[in-house]
Amino acid sequence: MMPVEKSSEPRFVRDRLQGRSERIVKSWESLLLLVAVVIFLVNVWSSPYFLDPWNLSDATFNFTEKGLIAFALALVIISGEIDLSVASILALASTLMGLAMTHGAGVPELVLIGLGTGLVCGAINGLLVSRLGLPSIVVTIGTMSLFRGISYIILGDKAFTGYPADFAWFGQGYVFWVFSVELVLFVLVAVFFAVLLHMTSFGRMIYAIGNNPVAAQFSGVRVERVKFILFLLSGLMSGLAAVCLTSRLGSTRPSIATGWELEAVTMAVLGGINILGGSGRIGGVVLAALIMGMVTFGFGLLNVPGIVMSIFVGLLLILVIAIPKVLNRLAPAKKRG
Amino acid sequence: MGILKKVLVLAAVSTALVANVAHAENKKIALVVKALGIGFFDAANKGAQEAAKELGDVDIIYTGPTDTTAEGQIEVINSLVAQKVDAIAISANDKDALVPALKKAMERGIKVISWDSGVAPEGRMMHLNPSSNALIGNMCVKMAADNLPDGGDVAILSAAATATNQNTWIEEMKKVLPNYKGINIVTTVYGDDKTDKSYTEAQGLMKAYPNLKAIIAPTSVGIVAAAQAVEDAGMTGKINVTGLGLPSEMAGHVKAGSSKSFAIWNPIDLGYAATMISYNLVTGKEEAKPGAELSMGRMGKVKLDDNSEGAMADPFVYDASNVEEFAKIF
Repeated sequence: MMPVEKSSEPRFVRDRLQGRSERIVKSWESLLLLVAVVIFLVNVWSSPYFLDPWNLSDATFNFTEKGLIAFALALVIISGEIDLSVASILALASTLMGLAMTHGAGVPELVLIGLGTGLVCGAINGLLVSRLGLPSIVVTIGTMSLFRGISYIILGDKAFTGYPADFAWFGQGYVFWVFSVELVLFVLVAVFFAVLLHMTSFGRMIYAIGNNPVAAQFSGVRVERVKFILFLLSGLMSGLAAVCLTSRLGSTRPSIATGWELEAVTMAVLGGINILGGSGRIGGVVLAALIMGMVTFGFGLLNVPGIVMSIFVGLLLILVIAIPKVLNRLAPAKKRG
Repeated sequence: MGILKKVLVLAAVSTALVANVAHAENKKIALVVKALGIGFFDAANKGAQEAAKELGDVDIIYTGPTDTTAEGQIEVINSLVAQKVDAIAISANDKDALVPALKKAMERGIKVISWDSGVAPEGRMMHLNPSSNALIGNMCVKMAADNLPDGGDVAILSAAATATNQNTWIEEMKKVLPNYKGINIVTTVYGDDKTDKSYTEAQGLMKAYPNLKAIIAPTSVGIVAAAQAVEDAGMTGKINVTGLGLPSEMAGHVKAGSSKSFAIWNPIDLGYAATMISYNLVTGKEEAKPGAELSMGRMGKVKLDDNSEGAMADPFVYDASNVEEFAKIF
């Protein structure tokens, strides 16, 4: 409309093209919040059992462990990489915890082994990606088979059972009233990653790498080191999820958490993390976790077959990604400074 | 206006009441399966619906995860607990991982039983096995003997030599042998549950024992391979293949005549019996504890052992009269 005025501004500073309030209204998180509220209301309306504190508390287990993984994964994706081995790291961590348990390990040792396994697996991914410069999708598809494969070798068709009674606290305990240990962990980890990503220079480096790794390198960002740390974090979170899930199930089988890598990726992408790297916020991932958890639980209450849920989540994913693009196309002229 | 309002309110209240009454009276029994979309479990649901119809005041919730995972089943269990169902009858994806979730269900007053694929004892009130080792062993020999009025040589084609299930069944077969006059088990060979090896072993049996009258294969892979080997050797009618198999895989061989009959559990009966047991536990008419006898409607009674496990019935026999119908199911 006013080409003269527009051309005087640098084209790449898109943030400035919208006012603060407009930016908030049009942001991905607002859209997700709207979707979450709608799903919440539909659930309240469609089932008398939905609005019950204990039922809602039970329902949070649908997303807490996956959410822990998704937060770290979000950072990896923002940096332009991917980690598809997260569920297999979980399986291996759980298996090694079980192995230690059969040799008499106590609760603190079990937790350390779970987290430690995660760190070691993350370090392997990180070294292969950052030091050897291999594409992360290939590396982590490889370690995905490798880590779970080791679990299968150790366990075969057997299972580890008989974890110490105190160990159940992580996956079955409550901090206060209906707030489970896992839910509190979920919130703490979300806050940690939000601060790390949005309030530290390390967080800015992640965005910089995701947008242009070469430029980041020339700006003095130690790209390899940052990527290595991100894979470490991803492994650590998978280890933490392993502690929670193993405690919740009270047993380990090598098939534990099969297919969770895709659910975590879905959660991150639905949360507005750009799959090509460079953008996205932790708040969106939290909302996406809530949405996926509520959809699963709400449909479960209505006894809708699981396959319908998968279809719904798939459609939601496409819809939420498509809506901003469609809106942008419909109203390109409205944008001005 | 006043009258209209009254009528409306009355209508609303009575509808609510009726709805409530219907709600309170009907027992909600959840049939949870390993995954939806499996013919075997759809057939079990058929049996559950049959039981619900017979009982009258039962709603069956047929549900399960999309994939055969324990995590998926736990999500299903949580939503069933939230709905305050009266009973959960589950075929478990994982014997141990479901225990905490099912324990919680029981703490909230829900009756929990497992069927087909069991849950560890602390996670359920009882487990319904489709059959027992003794009944399976006996049925295998019986099916061979029924077609051999004058007796004859019989060979066993098993899975791997280390397969626990098969070895137990073969032991049971040998135990009941004295009850079947003239039936003589000449040897046991192992096809490792591989089609090609089972086929070769079956060929070997026919060469080594010219008087062979029947092959018992207590494995769904072995029985198909043996039937094929008999047909290919032109021995149809001379050697009868029997054992444990799936109707969908065996229908062709029954039609061809190489197998006169075979057995496996009947999923319809299993779903029916699980529903009947759940119902009786919900009404408080019966209690699941070691040594108890629980009634299963038309399926008779099941006696629970020390682990609160029970066997439903003899394996169900499939022959030319019914195999086509079940082949569509599983």
